[in-house]
Amino acid sequence: MHFDLHIGEGANAVVNYILDHFTPALNFIATVIGFVTDTIKAALTGIPMPVAVIVIVALALWRVSWKFALFSLLALLVIVDMGLWERTMETLSLVLAATVIAIVVGIPLGIAMAKSRIVTVLVRPVLDLMQTMPAFVYLIPAAMFFGLGAVPGTIATVIFAMPPVVRLTNLGIRQVNGEFIEAGLAFGCTARQLLLKVQMPNALPSIMAGINQTIMLSLSMVVIASMIGAGGLGNIVLTGIQRLDVGTGFEGGLAVTVLAVILDRITQSLGQRNTAFSFGRFFGARANRGEVPSSATPPAKT
Amino acid sequence: MDRETASSIGEDTQPEVKISVDRVFKIFGDRSDTAMRMVREGRGKEEIHAETGCTLGVNDASFDIHAGEIFVIMGLSGSGKSTLLRLINRLIEPTSGAIRVDGQDITKMSKRELIELRRRDMSMVFQSFALLPNLTVLENAAFGLEVAGVPAAERQAKALAALEGVGLGAYAASRPDQLSGGMKQRVGLARALASEPTVLLMDEAFSALDPLIRTEMQDELLRLQSEHSRTIIFVSHDLDEAMRIGDRIAIMQHGNVVQVGTPDEIVMNPANDYVRSFFRNVDVSNVFKAGDIARETQVTLIERKGVAVAAALERMRRHDREVAIVVGRDKRYHGMVSAESLAQAARAGEADPYHKAFLTEVEPIEAAEPLSNVMGRVAESRWPVPVVDERQRYVGSISKSALLMTLDRTTT
Ligand SMILES: Nc1ncnc2c1ncn2[C@@H]1O[C@H](COP(=O)(O)OP(=O)(O)OP(=O)(O)O)[C@@H](O)[C@H]1O
Ligand SMILES: [Mg+2]
Repeated sequence: MHFDLHIGEGANAVVNYILDHFTPALNFIATVIGFVTDTIKAALTGIPMPVAVIVIVALALWRVSWKFALFSLLALLVIVDMGLWERTMETLSLVLAATVIAIVVGIPLGIAMAKSRIVTVLVRPVLDLMQTMPAFVYLIPAAMFFGLGAVPGTIATVIFAMPPVVRLTNLGIRQVNGEFIEAGLAFGCTARQLLLKVQMPNALPSIMAGINQTIMLSLSMVVIASMIGAGGLGNIVLTGIQRLDVGTGFEGGLAVTVLAVILDRITQSLGQRNTAFSFGRFFGARANRGEVPSSATPPAKT
Repeated sequence: MDRETASSIGEDTQPEVKISVDRVFKIFGDRSDTAMRMVREGRGKEEIHAETGCTLGVNDASFDIHAGEIFVIMGLSGSGKSTLLRLINRLIEPTSGAIRVDGQDITKMSKRELIELRRRDMSMVFQSFALLPNLTVLENAAFGLEVAGVPAAERQAKALAALEGVGLGAYAASRPDQLSGGMKQRVGLARALASEPTVLLMDEAFSALDPLIRTEMQDELLRLQSEHSRTIIFVSHDLDEAMRIGDRIAIMQHGNVVQVGTPDEIVMNPANDYVRSFFRNVDVSNVFKAGDIARETQVTLIERKGVAVAAALERMRRHDREVAIVVGRDKRYHGMVSAESLAQAARAGEADPYHKAFLTEVEPIEAAEPLSNVMGRVAESRWPVPVVDERQRYVGSISKSALLMTLDRTTT
């Protein structure tokens, strides 16, 4: 016996239906995401290269160690030497835009999962799907909905990179010490106060780990996103592949790796309370106060 | 005979009831309805667990907690102490029953009312301190006030005062992880006291501290209690701690409250072997007071004008006693006489034979003296030692044999 459920046809129908009936919604999403990506891109590419290098090296020195700061300096100079600075900033802005959107959507979703069993049951398979479905599959509908360019690239990146921040927000909140919760309730917290004053601050290390993973996954989407015109270092890698030019491809890949290592170490350090350098205590004390959203995207603000 | 002596202590005015726990049950698990039915049918905790998977946390608890007392809930691990404590501020919802605080049934309160009650009237101290690591010591102490919406300046002032009250004013700006265990729990106490609650719930609050610090914290609690009397409900699994600080103790076993009483009552009349098993290795001489083991087994002579000494001597002979206690008509203790000294005084034809006959070496003991303080005197005295209450009324006497029996009974 052979059953044909026509799943492929069904997917086509859904995509067409969305295209026919949800154009205003698609336009709205495109506008919002376009705004986020454009702003971040303008900000990052607008900063003179030496200033940007100094800021990144200073962050590395303050949060990680002087050895890592030295490594960052040399690695960034290599990127400049390869003539890939502009492209690197484009990629960084794509990664940061995707991360910002993943955080804005993902943290509330993670909180909702922690609070409601129904939300957990509904969202968990969707997260699995987002992480396992090959990116090429949703690249095409994304391009159909939003055209070519940075917007569909960002959306494809968000889909792939958002699950960790959702999962680790959920996990972080669920893992907050039961006595802290009891203390909060015993002193008369409302549900909202409990979330803001007890659960979120204590889930912060876990949430930061989620953000770190989201950034790493965003970087791994760089080449794929370039296929639909997201630009950045991915273009260099693609050019290398198309021309069978190993050297160009390697340079692009090296720049991505450098970016990954620097972002990884710096965002990881933001999840911890203590700073690497004693003179950094002064800044550290200030940074520790309003930690959640501001520290998640430090390079974008500087 | 024990019961009479025990209940004769401290029965002054009727104490004011602060919290009344009335037929409260708590069943953990999804099938609590079925489990509740089985409880009503009188089936045991094990059986209910086997059939429904539910745990009987608290089984039909009823007792009153008086205003201003330290009420200790004691029992072995898993006996339901923490559950019972958390029912009182409804961190755990009771399955059935009523809990009245100042006459108001908290099981019927709305969410909002409950939050108000927790902010205003009750606070809690935890075994592992539960200080929030992201806040400073001062912010931790101010936590309850902050949650209640008290303006920053006012709550900081109150929190600082509370910290100073436990001797930690200098550490206001520190982080909890910079403090030792004892200091952390002082902060926990300050946090609980900052909002000036009338009820303090303490779950094994000192159990995580080493013994020396633990005693120190108990003293601190008693000191704070003497300055400002609150109703304290204190969970402990340690009898020594319970006896030391508790005005009354409730003993729990398998979710049942098997006995409620003063430390003395519980030591002297343990409700069952489970209760008795707790003081196998407790030094009872610290628990008992002289009044607890004083017995009215001696002959008492009432000093009145014109009563012949002959009658007194005759009574002593008939009871086969060498000594007798002389009291006034108001039962006030006058002195102790021996048959010999009384006969001598009578023969000498004294006008006031009793007074001449008093044994000068015998000094009465105050009923409130801990037994450990007077053991030496009883052991050395030739005669049973008379015991008087705070108004110098005779309450009984302690003989060497009674002392030995008391010490012996509790060490076996
Ligand atoms: N949330 C819960 N869900 C299911 N069962 C529970 C829950 N909380 C407590 N219990 C069970 O209820 C019983 C009483 O537990 P409780 O924590 O009150 O004991 P305890 O006397 O405080 O013990 P300990 O000295 O170990 O703290 C135990 O059998 C425990 O397993
Ligand atoms: Mg407990």
